[in-house]
Amino acid sequence: MEVLPLKPFEEMTPADYAHIGLKCGLEVHQQLLTRSKLFCRCPAGHYSSSYDAEVLRHMRPTLSEMGEYDGTALMEKKTRKNITYRLHHATVCTYEFDDTPPFFIDDQAIDIALELALLLRLNLVNELHIARKQYLDGSIPTGFQRTTILGVDGWLPFKDRTIRVRQLGLEEDSCREVSDHGHERTYLTDRLGMPLIEVVTEPEMFTPQETAEVCNLIRKVCRSTQKVRRGYGATRQDVNVSVQGGTRVEIKGVPQIWRIPRLIYNEASRQVALLGIMKELNRRNVTPDTITTASKDVTELLMKASYAPVRSAIDRKLKVRCVKLCGFAGLLNTPTQEHTIFAKEFSDRVRVIACLSELPNIVHSDSASESLWPQDWQKLRKRMQAHEDDALILVWGDDRDVQTACEEIVIRATEAASGVPSDTRQPLKDGTNGFERVLPGAERMYPDTDLPPIEIPAERINKARAVMPEFVWETEATFRQGAMVEDDIQRLCISPRVPLIQRAMNELGLSGKLLGVLLAQRMRALARAERRPERFSDEALFVILRAHSQERLAKEGIAWLMELILVQSTKDEITDADVDAVFDELDIQRLTDQELQCKVACAIEAVDPTQFPTVTKLRRFLMGELMKDLIGRVDGRRMLDCLTKTMRTDEPNLAEQRTGT
Amino acid sequence: MNEQAATKTTDGYRGPGLAVLQRHGVGVWSDVEVQTTGGRFRGIILPRSETADDKHIVLKLSSGYNIGVAAETVKSMTEHGRRAANYKIPEQEFPIDAGKPNIVLFGTGGTIASRLDYRSGAVIPAFSPGELYGSVPELADVCNLRTEKLFGVFSENMGPEQYIALANRIGQAIEEGVDGIVIGHGTDTMHHTAAVLTFMVQDPPIPIVMVGSQRSSDRPSSDAALNLICAVKTAAESDIAEVVVCMFGPTSDEYCLIHRGTRVRKMHSSYRSTFRTIGDIPLAMIDPQTITLFRDDYKRRRRDRNVHINPAYCDEVTMLYYYPGMKPDVMEAMIEKGYRGIVIAGTGLGHVNKLTYRALRLAQEKGVHVYMTVQTLWGFAGMYVYETGREMMALGVVPLANMLPEVAFVKLSWVLGQSDDRDEVKRMMLTSIGDEITEREPYNGYLIYQGAVPEVQEFLKKIKR
Repeated sequence: MEVLPLKPFEEMTPADYAHIGLKCGLEVHQQLLTRSKLFCRCPAGHYSSSYDAEVLRHMRPTLSEMGEYDGTALMEKKTRKNITYRLHHATVCTYEFDDTPPFFIDDQAIDIALELALLLRLNLVNELHIARKQYLDGSIPTGFQRTTILGVDGWLPFKDRTIRVRQLGLEEDSCREVSDHGHERTYLTDRLGMPLIEVVTEPEMFTPQETAEVCNLIRKVCRSTQKVRRGYGATRQDVNVSVQGGTRVEIKGVPQIWRIPRLIYNEASRQVALLGIMKELNRRNVTPDTITTASKDVTELLMKASYAPVRSAIDRKLKVRCVKLCGFAGLLNTPTQEHTIFAKEFSDRVRVIACLSELPNIVHSDSASESLWPQDWQKLRKRMQAHEDDALILVWGDDRDVQTACEEIVIRATEAASGVPSDTRQPLKDGTNGFERVLPGAERMYPDTDLPPIEIPAERINKARAVMPEFVWETEATFRQGAMVEDDIQRLCISPRVPLIQRAMNELGLSGKLLGVLLAQRMRALARAERRPERFSDEALFVILRAHSQERLAKEGIAWLMELILVQSTKDEITDADVDAVFDELDIQRLTDQELQCKVACAIEAVDPTQFPTVTKLRRFLMGELMKDLIGRVDGRRMLDCLTKTMRTDEPNLAEQRTGT
Repeated sequence: MNEQAATKTTDGYRGPGLAVLQRHGVGVWSDVEVQTTGGRFRGIILPRSETADDKHIVLKLSSGYNIGVAAETVKSMTEHGRRAANYKIPEQEFPIDAGKPNIVLFGTGGTIASRLDYRSGAVIPAFSPGELYGSVPELADVCNLRTEKLFGVFSENMGPEQYIALANRIGQAIEEGVDGIVIGHGTDTMHHTAAVLTFMVQDPPIPIVMVGSQRSSDRPSSDAALNLICAVKTAAESDIAEVVVCMFGPTSDEYCLIHRGTRVRKMHSSYRSTFRTIGDIPLAMIDPQTITLFRDDYKRRRRDRNVHINPAYCDEVTMLYYYPGMKPDVMEAMIEKGYRGIVIAGTGLGHVNKLTYRALRLAQEKGVHVYMTVQTLWGFAGMYVYETGREMMALGVVPLANMLPEVAFVKLSWVLGQSDDRDEVKRMMLTSIGDEITEREPYNGYLIYQGAVPEVQEFLKKIKR
């Protein structure tokens, strides 16, 4: 097999990506933490795979406001899907399945989205217009997604430059797909209608790694508000990829950021490969204008074929058709992505558009030996009047589907002669991608006639500005200055404790490092131990931290006291008053040097030094006993110093006692 | 549409919005860069809805989204060209096949097949055969289609004038030899029109099929296409020579039901499956492949061109929806205002309170025709059962069996357009023309299942409703 046009993924450098002119953009989708869905009063965030009833629908394309049909719409029309929606009493009402017009848009969602628009420094829109964005795949029962733009032209700082943000939209989430076989597609409707924002960047990332980093940055900005949903599927991103001479291709719905780099690498490789194929085709005088194809029903001819898929199709009285692509011989095995060849482009289209989803759904003459007998291929070549330079693709299935399939094969072949088609592609687990649909354009946007425009007055924006958090990169910088370790910074910069940490750094002079250990690591440990540390109010934690800064509480004592309070308290919120009460009860005060010395002296007196073979062992025992008694009130270092000093004074005495035995 | 936009370049803009456009020498369809106090925006200026405020300019961004920019924030606007919308449903010539039935589609202004008016947000019907063929090509498999726009009114504005014009035009079309008639109609009052046409157009030799849509056809999941395909198929292929309504059966995109014009009613404000036959079963179900008849007591299609058109109408008829505590002055006011006929929707079997008797007595004295129907919609008026009923009948109230209130209203209007004689009116009211009164209520004529009951849930889980 030939090799990919790019070096292996691990060996690619930024210079290599610059060489192919890689450009990436992002569309980050983030669900918002609201009580209700966006256009109805169903609860948001409730999921259920079970269902009480089903509704069946079909989708038909309609004209856009500007009078054009959208390419995606026309493609979906060809698929003739029966779309079944599963309804659960607890998660949907008649709005979701389009039997009730929308209610007013959820105010909470608008306010959260405004906050995010401010954080991304967008130019805010004064009046929201709800649009309908057509989705004819059925993922939304209306056939369109209600969506609106809150702001345009913002930016994010990234390394030593800025990444421009094109727009922020607020929209309803779509259905979850259950299955898609042949002409039957099934969806769950629980997620449908949940509010989410879409942040769209300009294509200003130039390596796969960089794209993942920017995606992570946007996610952090979202999470810094504390008003977005988390968990699998709550954040999903579309990645737009193009190379020099290629086309913008959208990889849709990547669920995890770590998958992004390899997906981009494979798409870049695919585009470079497709451009190579175009060049070769053009060299062979195959262009979109000169391309010659033919397709014929060859069912009769293959009556005796033994190749299992074709055999079974013929046995089931299905049709077999052959498409001749003049000048394509030898190209179908060209590698496009890791372990993927050009022929898959045809197979994907046949699967998605003609609904021939049982694989393999095509065989072709470039891999002749793997399918039909040579004499069958010979018969086919003769029947199709194919020359040596021509490739043949065989497809089988229901008569109408096979005809659609042949048309699609010809369409895809024609596109091959002009480079990279504009696709929406599906991310696959192995880092490659597959065809999902034709990339939709602005033609799929319609104004929503069910809802009036919504004015966003200045007061509303000011309110959002008042509650929005600090920019996450500024928080990171402050924490970094306070010597917090990087892992803790990444955890805490988007945590609700940011204001507490900053206050502790500013007012109490505590180090970022200590705060990181306490509020990232210790809190996590306490959470794992099911102590529910989130019950501490910021004020409560501040009282504890202040006690430490006043030396009433030693460093070791902070975590000890936190756990003690959590174990003792059954309350759902632990306030500063609760903590004060504990301080009073335990009488936690700073121990004077004199008091400490006295304690140490008593402890020494209470032991029989002869029981210990060495002074070191004795000291270790004493230290343990004292810390048990005084934990939280005396810093370990101070205690050790005091103990060592006292023991040294007493040393002759202690030594004598020991030798005396 | 387009020409209109070209001449009125500030379409829909008023006040501050209009002033800003004029100040910067731009208009609707200008591709502009707008500098505002809140930043820069780039897009095409769209017309402004006349019902929206006058403070914002609407821009279409290159992404296809629309946004509103406050006029008072605008610092400058620079035009980079113009891009008027070419708003057109692809029109293809409707193919003519001599072997297929000839169907005429009358438009009354409903939104059966439509496109969107970006300006008002309203929906404009796609109506020429070419436009319809462009949107619903399946129609050509069924018939040769001719269209004729009779009115352009929403269904709530349908009234006597339109009923009479429609009845007369149907009569002409039958004479002209069409094989079936389809009437596109708004859904809100479709059942009123269906009933009145049943009375005005009697014994037609061909199907007269009313159709509409609950979701306008500018929406991908619209019910318009299936409704239209089924209605046209009913008109072209069925042998039901009656006035019927053809609309979605279940909310699922599966089949339509054919309802008799006098027994059908819109029962939900927004569901697709809103039309139900009340107190009886529908005539048939139909999908693009098959018509399945449920009964055979319908009037058959004939080859002759005979039809009895009787477009009588009296607009001095009103309805009274009884409520507890109703005072007699409400009905007295109706009588004093000169109404000749009153249809009461009474409680239960057809009752009103004793207070109302005073008004009933006045009606009797003044010769006003008072008829009783039931608010329950299902079931018969039964005025012999309780004393109230008997007393009311003594006061001249005539119970209308199981005639639906809206049907009784249009029928009384039609009857009083022909006679004012008490007995004649009563005879006509009680003589069923198209099953507005039926002799029997079948056991499966009343089905309102309640959710959550286990057997119903089981049904809902198995059957796509």
